[in-house]
Amino acid sequence: MEMETIRELQAYGYAFASVFFALILYGYVYHLYTSKKKGGTDYEKYSNMALNDGLDDTPIEKIEPLQEEKQMRSNK
Amino acid sequence: MQSSNMINYDYSVAKLFTIATIVFGIVGMTIGVLIAFQMAYPELNNLAGEYGTFGRLRPLHTDTVIFGFILSGVWATWYYIGQRVLKVSMAESPFLMILGKLHFWLYILGVVAVVVTLFMGITTSKEYAEFEWPIDIAIVIVWVIWGMSIFGLIGIRREKTLYISVWYYIATFLGVAMLYLFNNMEVPTYLVTGLGDWWHSVSMYAGTNDAMVQWWYGHNAVAFVFTVPIIAMIYYFLPKESGQPIFSYKLSLLSFWGLMFVYLWAGGHHLLYSTVPDWVQTMGSIFSVVLILPSWGSAINMLLTMKGEWQQLKENPLIKFMVLASTFYMFSTLEGPIQAIKSVNALAHFTDWIPGHVHDGTLGWVGFMIIAALLHMAPRMYKREIYSKKLLELQFWLQTTGIVLYFSSMWIAGITQGMMWRATDQYGNLAYSFIDTVTVLHPYYTIRGVGGLFYLVGFFMFAYNFYKTMTASKVIGEEPQSTSPMAA
Repeated sequence: MEMETIRELQAYGYAFASVFFALILYGYVYHLYTSKKKGGTDYEKYSNMALNDGLDDTPIEKIEPLQEEKQMRSNK
Repeated sequence: MQSSNMINYDYSVAKLFTIATIVFGIVGMTIGVLIAFQMAYPELNNLAGEYGTFGRLRPLHTDTVIFGFILSGVWATWYYIGQRVLKVSMAESPFLMILGKLHFWLYILGVVAVVVTLFMGITTSKEYAEFEWPIDIAIVIVWVIWGMSIFGLIGIRREKTLYISVWYYIATFLGVAMLYLFNNMEVPTYLVTGLGDWWHSVSMYAGTNDAMVQWWYGHNAVAFVFTVPIIAMIYYFLPKESGQPIFSYKLSLLSFWGLMFVYLWAGGHHLLYSTVPDWVQTMGSIFSVVLILPSWGSAINMLLTMKGEWQQLKENPLIKFMVLASTFYMFSTLEGPIQAIKSVNALAHFTDWIPGHVHDGTLGWVGFMIIAALLHMAPRMYKREIYSKKLLELQFWLQTTGIVLYFSSMWIAGITQGMMWRATDQYGNLAYSFIDTVTVLHPYYTIRGVGGLFYLVGFFMFAYNFYKTMTASKVIGEEPQSTSPMAA
């Protein structure tokens, strides 16, 4: 391949990557800051995970253990 | 609630790593101070024959503080934070307990092997990757065990969403795994050719390629050992100690992905004006400058977490350590990109400004954060209050003065050195010989040694305070919710 062609392809690649990654970045920012309003995730509530981190504190979003695991834990 | 009221968090592995952090901190920093004074007073090289020379001790200093002090600190905090934010105790899984202890003891064996071989002068000669292939294999095993611990604990968690610190710990695990494997691809010479000692190896890459892989590794060791796990710590300990939620959880997520994306491309700045392709150098330079954004995103997020609560800075020495750590993080993540600009690098490259920069980050950011983290953990792990607030305050000011002496002397030394190397007379001949620079730099090397000594004395004060906290301090009945209790 000619050097000039390589340089041309590089330039297209560079321009595409710049636009593509900028879009992803701003898209992610937009998602984070509009999610709560749209009825999606309220990300700020996760901050409380560090503050209420006792074993008996209620989880922010509880994960249900499998039935047999539950059994095993209660047997201890 | 589940039966968790009968179970408590199990800190036995966290405690083991905590002790290791303090011991390796003392060893690594003592060697550091010694070699700093060797730079100022070369006769100190002759204290212990070949074993006491700068060349032998320098990798022992760097490897002990990076892979001994810092990694132990990372693991001590992981085995503490991991349980708490996932709301699951290690005591609930005998398998994870065994794995945790295996992790610790294999790691200690690995450290012994590293110390012995480096003292003997057995080295691959790759900076921060000096260990020969049998030790590399042992390190990979230790690392895999840690990974199993992380994902094992995540697997039995009660909290569905992973707290931001856990993301950072996972990134540390994955990042280092990838970097370490690729940079330590080596050919054992005896096994392949029958030549050399059985432990000896040469890199699988040659020349410029080796340099590129090495600095992709080297700089990202800074990323995934000095930065990523330390951010994991501050995102937990600062909110917890101050009782304030993170200023913006969203910003923490954005900064996380920003850091992950940008950091991996910045290593080329170590090879500016070398034989690597020009575009690699430019890319390294540009990504280093862009790196200011995610770094400052995290640091500002931490400082804003203290919004409305700045009186705590005066009252609580742990907050003081963490806020200054965050400030030093901002400082060194601004200084680094400045040094990575090509025209600045033309002056700064190979000068003492570089170790000056590294130590802003390691002493100010990493060291202070680990010290604060362990002290926050102590009352909760040992059920005793911190032994002495006064000693802690004294330690803070002594170490801060030490850091200032360190970086200010290295700024002056580095820029002086760079200017003298470049200076030419009217005919284009070099104006100075190398020894001229050595003579001029001598006072600054002495100041650097004194700064390091201040920091080391402060670290001994920390070790004493910690030991007394473990053994002789007043017992506390209930676990503190936020501010750590300490005796005046």
